[in-house]
Amino acid sequence: MEERRVTVEVNGDTKTAEVEPRLLLAHFLREALGLTGTHIGCDTTNCGACTVLFDGKPIKSCTMFAVQADGHEVTTVEGLSMASELHPVQEGFKEEHGLQCGFCTSGMMMTATALLEENPNPTEEDVRWALSGNLCRCTGYQNIVKSVLWAAEKMRSEGVVRR
Amino acid sequence: MYPSRFRYEAPRSLDEALDFLRVYGDEAKVLAGGQSLIPLIKLRFASIELVVDINNIPGLDYHRQESDGSLSFGALCRHVDLEHSELLRRSQPTMAAAAPLIADPIVRNRGTLVGSLCHADPQGDWASVMMALGGEIIAAGPGGRRTIPVSDFIMGPFQNALRPGEIAVEARVPAPKGAVSGNYLKLERRVGDFATVGVAVALETSGSTVSRAGIALTGVGPSNIQATAAEQALVGSALNANSIQQAGRLAAEAAQPKTDHRGSAEYKRHVVETFVTRALGSRGAVAA
Repeated sequence: MEERRVTVEVNGDTKTAEVEPRLLLAHFLREALGLTGTHIGCDTTNCGACTVLFDGKPIKSCTMFAVQADGHEVTTVEGLSMASELHPVQEGFKEEHGLQCGFCTSGMMMTATALLEENPNPTEEDVRWALSGNLCRCTGYQNIVKSVLWAAEKMRSEGVVRR
Repeated sequence: MYPSRFRYEAPRSLDEALDFLRVYGDEAKVLAGGQSLIPLIKLRFASIELVVDINNIPGLDYHRQESDGSLSFGALCRHVDLEHSELLRRSQPTMAAAAPLIADPIVRNRGTLVGSLCHADPQGDWASVMMALGGEIIAAGPGGRRTIPVSDFIMGPFQNALRPGEIAVEARVPAPKGAVSGNYLKLERRVGDFATVGVAVALETSGSTVSRAGIALTGVGPSNIQATAAEQALVGSALNANSIQQAGRLAAEAAQPKTDHRGSAEYKRHVVETFVTRALGSRGAVAA
């Protein structure tokens, strides 16, 4: 079957590749680009482990074909930190122990990052609502919510707006 | 999971998309939000020769009020647009209540209203909402455009009334003739699960008299169910405790629930009754 050339802006770098139309964005990121921070959990559009930002909005990368990303911007968890400095959301997960096994964490952080860009001062309820499409089987969500609130506080105090 | 191979086209205009559909007919599938279609392709429930991705066609992402007062929703209007819609908050409380309850926030960023109606999942929320509102689908095809009431459009589980070569380009809610009120209530085990029970209620009133009533049920039958006897019980008089109770009872009778992992048939029927009476008692009202 005929391959298609796609050009995608991934974490600020322009990537061009030939892909089969049936290749999922999650597989493209992990296998073609080696960005294995994006996890594949349920593979059925439920768990949100594969969440990446597509033109700044969280989407489940197991439920989009790589060809659909042609001409668009994708941000993965690898794109959160700048140089050697952690993104405040990553720092929050570290400070508040927002992970145990870590499988859901990259997806959680991508959704949280998009939330904080849209709403820098979320309530606990806002955070729980925003994260309701990301499943965690370890933490009971308590520390994840604390981590995001920690990041919100830090970003407000430093006036950080970046991805 | 790896889908089987297919050809992919991403046309830049509706005419171009229709040309592909004309050639491929039944072997082609239209991709909008993809939040139902892509899982089906991955599970290989759907085997498809050609995927026609309409996401690059400009001008389909609108939702707006037309000059005649009807509401129209383009094929690329996503759930998230409706969740944040000032227009719906102002003018269409049943849809405004349903939008934040569709799937989960990440799926809402991609999934579309029209796509969800086309998918015709018997547990889909939007079909109940549109049935309660008397909504319609506009289909574009080789022979021009035609309008199909959503109650006819949904032909059964995962079956819609589109003919080969047609694309559902718009959903429409007719202009109300009276003051509008309504609600959508959904019981789900967790966010993102299908409805255990969903109830859409849409009323129009002139003075205190109910001039039009729409009640439709999600998750309690082989397809969405329009509770016509319950609707009729409300039309022509003012809402009162008796009529609300009667509508709840008639809607519960119209339900055809099955016992499954989400609950027993008896429980679901009870929830229908409770939700119909609750929704009638807690309608968000907006000016006509």
